[in-house]
Amino acid sequence: MTRHRPDTGEAGSRAATVAGLPARRAHPRGVRRRTGPAYPYALYLPAAVVYTVIFLIPTVMAFYFALTRWTLFDSEFVGLDNFRDFLAEQNLSIGFRNTVVYAVVTSGLKVVIGLGLGVLLTSKLRLRAFLRSVVFFPVLVSTVAVGITFSVLLKPDTGLVDKVLALVGISGPDWLGDASTALLSVALVDVWKGVGLATVIYIAGILSIPQDYYQAVAVDGGGAWHRFRHVTLPLSWPATYSVIILSFIGGLRSFDLIWTMTRGGPGFTSDVIASIIYKQYQAGFFGLSTAGNVLLFVVVTAIVIPLNWFLGRRQVAP
Amino acid sequence: MGGLRRASAEAAAFVVAAVVFLVPFSFMLLTAVKDDKQAADLDFSWPTSWPVVENLVEVISARDYVLLRAYVNSTILTVASVALIVVFAAMAGYVLQRRAGRIGALANFLVLSGLIIPPAVVPTIWLLQALGLFKTLPGLILVEVAFGLSYAVLLFRAFVAAIPRDLDEAAMLDGCGGFTLFFRVIFPLLKPVTITVILTQSVAIFNDFVNPLYFLPGDENATVQVTLYNFQSQYSTQWNLLFMDIVLITIPPLLAFVFFNRKIVAGMTAGAVKG
Repeated sequence: MTRHRPDTGEAGSRAATVAGLPARRAHPRGVRRRTGPAYPYALYLPAAVVYTVIFLIPTVMAFYFALTRWTLFDSEFVGLDNFRDFLAEQNLSIGFRNTVVYAVVTSGLKVVIGLGLGVLLTSKLRLRAFLRSVVFFPVLVSTVAVGITFSVLLKPDTGLVDKVLALVGISGPDWLGDASTALLSVALVDVWKGVGLATVIYIAGILSIPQDYYQAVAVDGGGAWHRFRHVTLPLSWPATYSVIILSFIGGLRSFDLIWTMTRGGPGFTSDVIASIIYKQYQAGFFGLSTAGNVLLFVVVTAIVIPLNWFLGRRQVAP
Repeated sequence: MGGLRRASAEAAAFVVAAVVFLVPFSFMLLTAVKDDKQAADLDFSWPTSWPVVENLVEVISARDYVLLRAYVNSTILTVASVALIVVFAAMAGYVLQRRAGRIGALANFLVLSGLIIPPAVVPTIWLLQALGLFKTLPGLILVEVAFGLSYAVLLFRAFVAAIPRDLDEAAMLDGCGGFTLFFRVIFPLLKPVTITVILTQSVAIFNDFVNPLYFLPGDENATVQVTLYNFQSQYSTQWNLLFMDIVLITIPPLLAFVFFNRKIVAGMTAGAVKG
C-alpha cells in the first residue's frame, strides 16, 4: 500500500540535503517551517463537491425514497411496501437470480478465456501483436452497437450464427427468443465484448512473472503443462483477482447489453435488477425503482465485499 | 516437425480469432453499404450495389440532422467531462497519496465506495431537477464526472506514489506551497497517467448509453449512442441505415484505437492489476 511519512519541515530540509540539492534562493521569509500544509485538503474540494452532490446525497436519499410512494415532487411514506412488492412479484425475483447468474457466468468465462488467450498471446506466436489488437478492439466499441449487431447475427435460422451451425448439421436455437437461452446468449456476447480487457490484464500479469521460474521448471524437466500449472497459474493470481472483481461488479450492474438485445425478454426471463429498475422508472414508479436500486446496492455490497476479502486473503498466501 | 506443428497451430489461432472477432465487424461494414432491400436479408453476402454515399446522406439528414446534433453533444460531453475528471482526480489522488490521516482514510473509503456502489438513479434525477440541471448537458457532464472520479483517482494515486517526495520537498524549499507545488511541479509529471485517464474515460463516456438515457432524454439533447437506439425503432426495416449509423459512431473509438492502442492497453493494465 502507500508509504506514509510525516510531512514536516524537518523532513523537508533533510530530504534536500539527502538529494544533494543546494538550498538555493533562500527565501527572505526563511525556509518555510510548515506554516500551511504542502498538501492542502483544498485540493480535494472540487472532487468532493461534485461527488458529494451528484453521488453521495442521492445514494443516501435513496434509502429514504425507497420507503415512499414518490412522484419526484411528492412523496408519501409507505414503509417497506416497495421492498415487499419488489420481492413478492415473481417477475422481479427472477431478476435477482438472473443478475447473479449473469455475473457469475460472465466473470467465470472471462477468467478462463482471458487466461487462455493471455497465455497464447504471450507465447512465441508470430501473429500475437495482431491478435492482441483484434481481441482488444471490441472493448472500445459501444455496447449498444455490439448488442444490435449480435441481435442480428443471432436471429433464428437466418442469422449468421445459426447458418454456420447448419453447415455442420446443427440446428441452432432461437438464441434470444427462447426463454431458456436468452440470458446466456447475452452473457456470451458480454464475454465476447469484454474478454479483451481480461486478456490484456492477464498479459500484463504473465509478463511480470520472472523468467527464472520458467527456467527452474525447464531444469527440472517439466513440460508446458507443468509450466502453466505450477508457475503461470499461481503467479498470475493478482491478474485473476482483478479480472474477477472488475467483471463481477460489471456483471451485477449490467444493463445496456441486456436492454439492447432482449429488453429483459422473452417475458421476464432475461430481466436483471438494473433492467427492472429502468422499467419501473419508465412506468413512473419512482419509489419502487429506487427500492430496486437499494436492493441492487445491498446485493452488490453483500457479494463484492466478502469476495474481495476472500480473494485478497488468498493473494497474500504464496 | 515442430516447426510445422507450430505453423499449423498459429494458423488455427489466427483463423479462430479472425472468425470470432472480425466477422461481426465485417458484417457491420457490409450491411452499412448495401441497399435497403439487400440489407433486409441480414445475411453475410457481398453487396450487389454500393449506395455508400446515399446511405451516408440519409443517415446524417434523418430526423432533421439529429446525428449531427448528437455528434456535437457527445463531443462537448466527452471533452468537458474528461477535462474535469482529469483535473479533479489528479488533485484528489495527489493529496490522497501524500497525506494520510483521518480525512485521507475517509477519502479512500469514499473512492472505493464509488467503484462498488451502483448509482441511485432516480434520486439523482430528483436532485438534478432541484438544481435546474435535469435534461441539460451540464447536468449530464456533472453526472459523468461524479461517476468517473473513483477510477481516475485510483490511477492517479498509484502514479503519484512513484514520484519521490524529495521532489516536493525541494520545491517547497524553493518557496512552492500547496497549489503551486501541485500545478507547477507535480501535475506536469503526471502526463503518462493523464493520457491513460483521458483515453479510457473518453471512450467510456463517448460510448455511454445508460446515463444519457436517464439524464438527458429527448431528441434535442441526443448523444450518439442514444441516436442508435432511436434509429433502431424508426428504421426497424432499414438495416443499412442503422448499420451505417453504427459504423459512423464507431469511427472515433476506432481512431483512438489506431493511434493510442499501446497506451490504452498499458494504462488499463496499470490501473487494473495494481489493485
